[in-house]
Amino acid sequence: MASSSSSGKVEDLRLVNLVKDYSGVRAVDDISLTIPAGSFFALLGPSGCGKTTTLRIVAGLEDPTSGRVFIGEQDVTIKPPYQRPVNTVFQNYALFPHLTIHDNVAFGLKRRGEKDIETKVSDMLDLVELSDLARRKPAQLSGGQQQRVAVARALINQPDVLLLDEPLGALDLKLRRQMQIELKRIQVDVGTTFVHVTHDQEEAMTMADTVAVMNSGRIEQMGAPEEIYELPKTAFVANFLGQANLMEAEVVDRDGAQLVVQAYGNKWAVPTARAVQNEGQIIVGIRPEKLRIALGAASDTEATNSIVGTVTDASFVGVSTQYLVRTPWGQELIAFEQNLAGGDRIRVGDEVSLTWEKSHSFGLAGHENVDAGVMDLSGAIAEAVTESS
Amino acid sequence: MAIALTPGVPIAPGGEAPPERVKRKGKTAYFLLIPGMAWLVFFFVIPLGSLFLTSLERPLGSGPSAGYASALRWQNYTEALSKYDTEFLRSFWYAGLATILCLIISFPLAYFIAFRAGRWRNLLLVLIVAPFFCSFLIRTYAWKTILADDGFVTTVANSLHLLPDDRILATPLAVVFGLVYNFLPFMVLPLYASLERIDPRLIEAAADLYARPWIGLQRVTIPLAMPGIVAGTLLTFIPATGDFINSQLLGSPRTRMIGNVIQTQFARDALPTAAALSFSLMAVILVVVFTYIRRAGTEELL
Repeated sequence: MASSSSSGKVEDLRLVNLVKDYSGVRAVDDISLTIPAGSFFALLGPSGCGKTTTLRIVAGLEDPTSGRVFIGEQDVTIKPPYQRPVNTVFQNYALFPHLTIHDNVAFGLKRRGEKDIETKVSDMLDLVELSDLARRKPAQLSGGQQQRVAVARALINQPDVLLLDEPLGALDLKLRRQMQIELKRIQVDVGTTFVHVTHDQEEAMTMADTVAVMNSGRIEQMGAPEEIYELPKTAFVANFLGQANLMEAEVVDRDGAQLVVQAYGNKWAVPTARAVQNEGQIIVGIRPEKLRIALGAASDTEATNSIVGTVTDASFVGVSTQYLVRTPWGQELIAFEQNLAGGDRIRVGDEVSLTWEKSHSFGLAGHENVDAGVMDLSGAIAEAVTESS
Repeated sequence: MAIALTPGVPIAPGGEAPPERVKRKGKTAYFLLIPGMAWLVFFFVIPLGSLFLTSLERPLGSGPSAGYASALRWQNYTEALSKYDTEFLRSFWYAGLATILCLIISFPLAYFIAFRAGRWRNLLLVLIVAPFFCSFLIRTYAWKTILADDGFVTTVANSLHLLPDDRILATPLAVVFGLVYNFLPFMVLPLYASLERIDPRLIEAAADLYARPWIGLQRVTIPLAMPGIVAGTLLTFIPATGDFINSQLLGSPRTRMIGNVIQTQFARDALPTAAALSFSLMAVILVVVFTYIRRAGTEELL
C-alpha cells in the first residue's frame, strides 16, 4: 500500500465554473479550482456554505446546474457515481448494517469483480488496525472503529480521489484529534488525493496541505493553512479561521512599503503588501496571539503599533491567558498571552497597552462587515443538533 | 397525626432499598399483563382447546344431524384431509400466488412512497388505507359487478382475445385477483415502514461503491427491507390461505378453497370435520411460517 494506486498515475481533480441551484437558492456559486493529485485538500466553511454540495457533485450523487468536473483529462460531469474513480467516506459513515466489517470493506471490490479480494481486504483491515473485528457487524463497533471501516471501505478501491464528508464530526474531541493524525498518516501512506469537507477550522488546518474557505457557495480564499491564517484576505476568513481583531481605519499616508492608517486617534502602520486595498477606508486586522499585553502605557518603537485599553475579562486556559480589552472607543479586543511567567499578573479593570509588530497587521477592504464569519452560538448549537440527529 | 407528618423518612437506610424497588416494578409489569392474558385465555386458549376436542368427536349416528360425543377419533383428520386435499393444496397455491403478486406490486409502490413522494407521502398512505373505510364484503361484491361477464373489463379483454375461458368471473384468475386486491394494504404498509427506515445515504454509498442501481437494490435495499418483506408476506399469506369470501363471491365450485369447505362443514353442523380441517390448516401454516422465517434469516434485523 506504500505507493499510489495500481491503476497508474493519480489524477488531478478539476472543477470548472461549478454552479448548483436548489429551487432558486444558489448552493454552489461558480466554483473553479484544481486539486493537485496526491494532495490533502480541505473545504472549510460553516454549515450551508455549499461545501457538502460541492463534494456530492464530485461524487456524482448530485448533478450540477452548470459547470464541469474533470478527473485528469476525463470529463466525469455526467457519469453516474458507480462509474467514477471516486469514493466517499460519508458523514455518519453509512456502513451497511446487514453486512460484516469484512463484507462492507469488500463491497466495492466485489461489484467490480476484482480478483484476490480476500488478500486485499485483510491488507486493508491491517492498515486501519481492524483485522480482529472482520466478522463483526457495524453496530458492534465503537464510533472510532466505524470511522476507520468507512475509510477502509472507500480506500480499498484505490480511487483517484477520496472524498471525506465531515468524517470526524460524530467523534468526541479526544478521538477526533487522534483520528486526524491517523487519517493524515493514511493519506501519506497511500498517496491518494483526499478532499475533506469540514466546518472545524482546526481540523482543516491540522490535516490539509491546502485549505479552501467557503462562504455562501463561493471560495473566499484558498492556500496553505499558514498562508491564509497569517494573511486572510476577507473579514470572513479572518474570523472563521481562528480569531481576529478587526478595526476600522482610514489610510492617511504611505511610508515606503507601509500604509499609515488612522483609527480613533491612533496611528498604525500596515505593510502595503499585506493589505487588499491601499487607500480610503480599510479594516486593520491583527491575530490575538500577536498582541503583547502590558500594564500601563506603551512605549512605541519603530517596529510596533499600540493601543491602550481596560481589561474586562481574563480567562486562564492553562497554556495561555485570554484577555478581553476594551478600547477607548468601546471595541473589545482579544489578546492571548502565553503562560511564560506563571501566575496571573494582569487583572480585570487594569489599564493596559497592547502592542504588536507592524509587520503582523493585515488590511482588509473597508466596506466589509467586521463580524462576518464570527462563530455565533445559536449557529453552533443548530449545527450540533443537525449533526447528532 | 405524628405518623402522618413523617411520610418521607426512609425506613431502611443503605443498599437494601434498590432491589426492593426493582422487584416491585417487576410485579407491576405482571399486574398490567393480566387483562391481556385474561383475554387470551378466554378468547383464544379455551376456544382452541374446545375446537381441538371437537375435532376428535365421534358421530352418534349417520349424518351430522344425529349429533356427536366426546372421543379420541383421530380418523377425523385423515378422513377430512383425504377428502378435501384438493381444496387444501389449492388454498396454499392461490394464497402463495396472491402473496407473490402483492409483493411485486407493493415493493415499487412502497419504495416510491418512502423515497420519492416528498410532500405527497401522507396523502398516498391515506389512499392506501382508504379502502378499509368500506367493508371488505362490499368491496368484493363491487368487484363481482366490475368483472361480470357482460361488464366492461371482460368485454374489452375478450375483444382482444386475452381470456382463455372467455370470462374472468368464476375463474381462478378472479379469485387470485380478489385476494391480491384485498390484502395489498397489508403488504404495502409493513414494506413502507421498513423502507422508510433505511438511511438514503446507504443507497448512495452502494452507488458510490460501484453498485449499479439494480445491484444496489439487491445487495442493500432489499436485505434492509427484509423485516418488512417478511411481515408483509405473513400478513398476506396467512389470512389469504384461510379466506373464503373471495372464492365464494368471485369464484366457482372449481375454485373452492379450504376456507369455503370449513365454512360449509360448520354450517351443516359437521363440526368434527370442520374442526379437524381448521386445526390442520393452523398446523401447516405454523410450519410454513417457521420455515420461512428461518430461511429468510431476519432474526437479527427484527
